Amino acid sequence: MRLLLAAFGLLAMAGPPAMAQALAVEEVAPGVFVHQGVHEEFTAANEGAIANLAFVVGQDAVAVIDSGGSLRQGRRLREAVEAHTGLPVRWVIATHAHPDHLFGHAAFAGDGVRFAGHQRLPREVASKGPLYLDNMTRLLGAASAGTELVAPDVTVPVGAPLEIDLGGRVLRLQAWPTAHTAADLTALDLESGTLFAGDLLFMERLPVVDGSLTGWLDVMAELAALPAERVVPGHGPAQAAWPEALAPQRAYLKALRDSVREAIEQGMPLGRAAEEIPLPAGQSWLLGDENHPRNVIASYTELEWE
Amino acid sequence: MLPRRRLITAAPVLVAAMAGLAGAARAADPWPDIKEALFGHRPIADGGAVIALDAPERALDAAVVPMTIRALLPQTEARWIKTVHLVIDENPAPLAAVFHLSPASGSATIETRVRVNSYTHVHAVAETSDGRLHGVSRFVKAAGGCSAPALKDADEAMARLGRMKLRTHTPFTPGEAMTAQLLISHPNYTGLQIDQLSRNWIPPDYVRSILVRYGEREILKVEADISLSEDPSITFSFVPEAEGRLSVAVEDSSERHFEEAWPIGPGS
Repeated sequence: MRLLLAAFGLLAMAGPPAMAQALAVEEVAPGVFVHQGVHEEFTAANEGAIANLAFVVGQDAVAVIDSGGSLRQGRRLREAVEAHTGLPVRWVIATHAHPDHLFGHAAFAGDGVRFAGHQRLPREVASKGPLYLDNMTRLLGAASAGTELVAPDVTVPVGAPLEIDLGGRVLRLQAWPTAHTAADLTALDLESGTLFAGDLLFMERLPVVDGSLTGWLDVMAELAALPAERVVPGHGPAQAAWPEALAPQRAYLKALRDSVREAIEQGMPLGRAAEEIPLPAGQSWLLGDENHPRNVIASYTELEWE
Repeated sequence: MLPRRRLITAAPVLVAAMAGLAGAARAADPWPDIKEALFGHRPIADGGAVIALDAPERALDAAVVPMTIRALLPQTEARWIKTVHLVIDENPAPLAAVFHLSPASGSATIETRVRVNSYTHVHAVAETSDGRLHGVSRFVKAAGGCSAPALKDADEAMARLGRMKLRTHTPFTPGEAMTAQLLISHPNYTGLQIDQLSRNWIPPDYVRSILVRYGEREILKVEADISLSEDPSITFSFVPEAEGRLSVAVEDSSERHFEEAWPIGPGS
């Protein structure tokens, strides 16, 4: 079996990048293209394409916002860019360190390409990246061939947004305190009023707490004030109305916080809380069965220090 | 005593082995060797009438796996559970903790959270005051718990190092057992985690001993190792005969000491 996989791996690596099939994208605003990820966990069949990926075309250059879950996905995204514009990709932005968002980065590496992320992204990639890469290789098999870790060379500190110019079009990159993860970054296209929220916004698929539950709720309150017309969530539809799109996630995270606080207050131990606290009534989320109990554990170990 | 130290100090050797020989074939069932190192040739009876081990069949988070050793007999001066060994067979340092209890514990039920590095049997062995050993085990499916990156930022973890929190879960009634959860803020580095900036292995730095007293009476002593989760949590019982103070002294593998005390009475 291992030999067989290795053989597939070689075939995959031997395939020239030009043969990658372009990812399907949708133009949600002039010059703003989004590929909608599927609501699944990583599998060989989906090649890691589970997150929303986007690119924005200015007059001189293109910025890619999240690159996909594997090198192969990154190449397919690059094909999509090249199918819609002859302009070069100058910026590749990671909204955070999770593998479904930045494992396609290497497909864009080259002269004049800058990789941008949160100030804490390099340490997130260094500490968690190898583990993510191992998991992804296990889950994707040959589809993960060639995927490598790419750390950002331009970092954005919390409280000091960075504006990048694509030629007559400015993207404002903003880093946030610990929320979904310890290194969340958003991009706001000032021209079209499109906010690329990364995983600070999950729609349809259950949000995953990997940073701070209370921090996330605080950050959402600030996000809501951003002057955007539409949002591209990290998972969910290609676009949604802003800030109304925040409502379901806010309801889930608040219900999670309240139910976990109550469990701690009542002395319900961690293991029982993870087993017994149900998904909030009246809310429908995809992929909640495993992720909700994990969220309970992450929230419990945070909130018990309050 | 010597065999136990050997099990614990074997950790760095195994760390090296894991770093160098990742993927090497796994040895046969490690339990017979662990058992002999800890207990020599003493017989271990089926402990099902003395303790039960509650552990999830499949861990949701391998770095924070809740485990409860439930005592099925009360702690009385006539017969009590003296020690409980918690062993995670396949972990780099298999002996997760030894809990030393006393009749003043009221109940020997202990709840904690551990890291689980790969699919493994977990053994709990209780020694009763008559010197007999009673063992139970569970199989737990989890992986990667010892090398999982720290949950908290390293700077934040060091900033609140040694902070403690005590939660009491039952009302104070003199002479009746009270249950309390002790939380200790400590990154409990295993030596199997990678530093976020230097990309070097973070040296092990973990809570090594916890001593809980009520007044002058020793309630619980824990000898611990790298398998306890980040921010160790221990839930235990004690019997307050009157209002008093519960005090905790913690020592870690870097020989730092932390102490804290809480008043226990009608208000707690």
